[in-house]
Amino acid sequence: MTTYRDLVEGCEVVVCCGTGGVGKTTTAAATAMAAAAMGRRAAVVTIDPAKRLADALGISELGNDPTVIDGPWSGTLAALMLDTKATFDDVVRHHATSDEQAETILANRFYKNISTSLSGTQDYMAVEKLAELHSSGDWDLVVVDTPPTRDALAFLEAPKLLTRLLDNTIYKILISPSQGVLRAVNRAAGSVVRQLSRVVGAEVVDDAIEFFQSFQGMEEGFRERADATLTLLGADATAFVLVASPRADTIVEAKYFLDRLGKADLDAAAVIVNRVLPALSVDLSRAQQMAGSHPGGGTQALADHAAAAVGDDDRIADLLSSAPEATVVRVPLLPSDVHDIDTLHHIATLLTD
Amino acid sequence: MNPGQFFASSRVLIVAGKGGVGKTTASATLALAAARTGLSVLLVEVAGRSATAPMFGADAPGYEESVVYDEADHGSVRCRSITPDDALVEWLTNHGFSRIAKRMARSGLLEIVATATPGIKDLLVLGRIKALESEGVADLIIVDAPAAGHAIQFLQAPVGVRDTARTGVLNRQALEVLEMLDDPTRCRAMLVSIPEETPINELIETAFAVEDEVGLALGPVVINGILPRIEGLDAVEAPPDLTADEAADVQLAAALRRDRQSLQAEQLDRLETQLPLAQIRLPQLFTTEIGLPELIELADAAITSIESLDWS
Repeated sequence: MTTYRDLVEGCEVVVCCGTGGVGKTTTAAATAMAAAAMGRRAAVVTIDPAKRLADALGISELGNDPTVIDGPWSGTLAALMLDTKATFDDVVRHHATSDEQAETILANRFYKNISTSLSGTQDYMAVEKLAELHSSGDWDLVVVDTPPTRDALAFLEAPKLLTRLLDNTIYKILISPSQGVLRAVNRAAGSVVRQLSRVVGAEVVDDAIEFFQSFQGMEEGFRERADATLTLLGADATAFVLVASPRADTIVEAKYFLDRLGKADLDAAAVIVNRVLPALSVDLSRAQQMAGSHPGGGTQALADHAAAAVGDDDRIADLLSSAPEATVVRVPLLPSDVHDIDTLHHIATLLTD
Repeated sequence: MNPGQFFASSRVLIVAGKGGVGKTTASATLALAAARTGLSVLLVEVAGRSATAPMFGADAPGYEESVVYDEADHGSVRCRSITPDDALVEWLTNHGFSRIAKRMARSGLLEIVATATPGIKDLLVLGRIKALESEGVADLIIVDAPAAGHAIQFLQAPVGVRDTARTGVLNRQALEVLEMLDDPTRCRAMLVSIPEETPINELIETAFAVEDEVGLALGPVVINGILPRIEGLDAVEAPPDLTADEAADVQLAAALRRDRQSLQAEQLDRLETQLPLAQIRLPQLFTTEIGLPELIELADAAITSIESLDWS
């Protein structure tokens, strides 16, 4: 059976996924730190980290390149906070056939919507950043935190985001205004465009048409990149790590996640269950009995603890039945929030020992 | 403050918060508490599947309404869900675009429109809620806002759409929704959090952003999962007739509770200093599933908390 240590030692890419509020960013950072402790060159891409964690990692200033963090590890640890817009701009510049083409696209309002507020863009750029760092050859391991989405596939479909828009038939009609065979189609399209203008306003439609027209010549590059990225996500050296907590609602979400991952023929290589209450030797009824016969703060705390933990083991077992091959690590509920290098180091140790 | 008066002060309450803070539980709790003051409440969920109906011990509702709570001497709670796709097709159909609605759904044009006007889906959900509000379908509409990303995204949607689609029917829709959001007698937002550092930070940031950027009035914040304070956790002595393991359990539980309590107190103090909003505090229940008995316990706690509010 592989351990999480093996995974941290052997993988080139780790994708931490799961719902919000379960310690995903912390797990991602601790995983990279554990790799650095093994002498590897590890970079972690965080998405919207809590401010104090970002401060601790030295990445509070928005920078879109990894910042090296000094610490007691033999390898290299670096972190960055994903800047979605800046990453997207870089991608456009990279694929553009001329500076002029890049600038036209960057100034377009439809593009600005795509690169800032479209749902899925953050996932898309996280994958782009991951692929960029992986292919740079500077890192042995790239760990990426994912945006809080319900659907694992949102992340996997992210690289196809733009190509899917480009495959749209309406788009094809929009960019080929007057070619013979399409003239009839275009009359129909024209009526759609007119109606659409009445709904969303003419300038919105104009912006979209301008965007698609100025995009010509770049599709192929984007398509190839999307394919390459999907191959990387499916590679043997890539591990999906599902982060969860024993709470009933998060277990439901985590199972849904595994199910969706399975639909894409992917497995979670590891399941990290955070915030697990420490195990007791007594059960709930004995704890309540003790609280009754020996009233006091200590026995009351024990009874509450036992009551809160009821079902944790069953729920975790239920989750794991959906991922029988996965390596499992339980991380206990900690007495404080994680916002310094020492606590992060403690978690890195818990994950890999 | 009188709870009846509290729940009657706005016709729509939007319950918002980041994922994992118990927003849905808070929505169901507020709905039940309001019904117990005699109001008829419509609880609206925006996600595809209902999470609140089971808390009332009822089946999940679809797009149609279903009654999940109806007690003599009390008001009632009805549940329904509104999905953005349904709202869009319905809206287009109602605005004389039934042909384009079908074509948009079929051709993938919808995706381009949604890309061109970010926030359109959230806006249309809010538009549907505004329509329900105007129709007066209930004394109070409680909306369990979508959890994805930040709470603010959903609330900012109308401003975003108004600025993107500067003409056309969609712009008018955005303006109508904003009119509702700007009027505290019609609509307020209640933000939900838990007493931990990161969620509290986000609560404070969101609260200021909502008032500054959306112009939406905020009701009290709801703090979920408050550990009831236990005294006598310092220097705990395990009773002498326990086994060594049992005594160790007592020490472990006491130490953990003491740490969690002090962390919680620190965060609640910080919240009080940094955010000048009243708080409704809901206790952590030491159970795993929430059913009607647990929901009643939470609703009672909410009512007690509201009674002690100095809020207007």
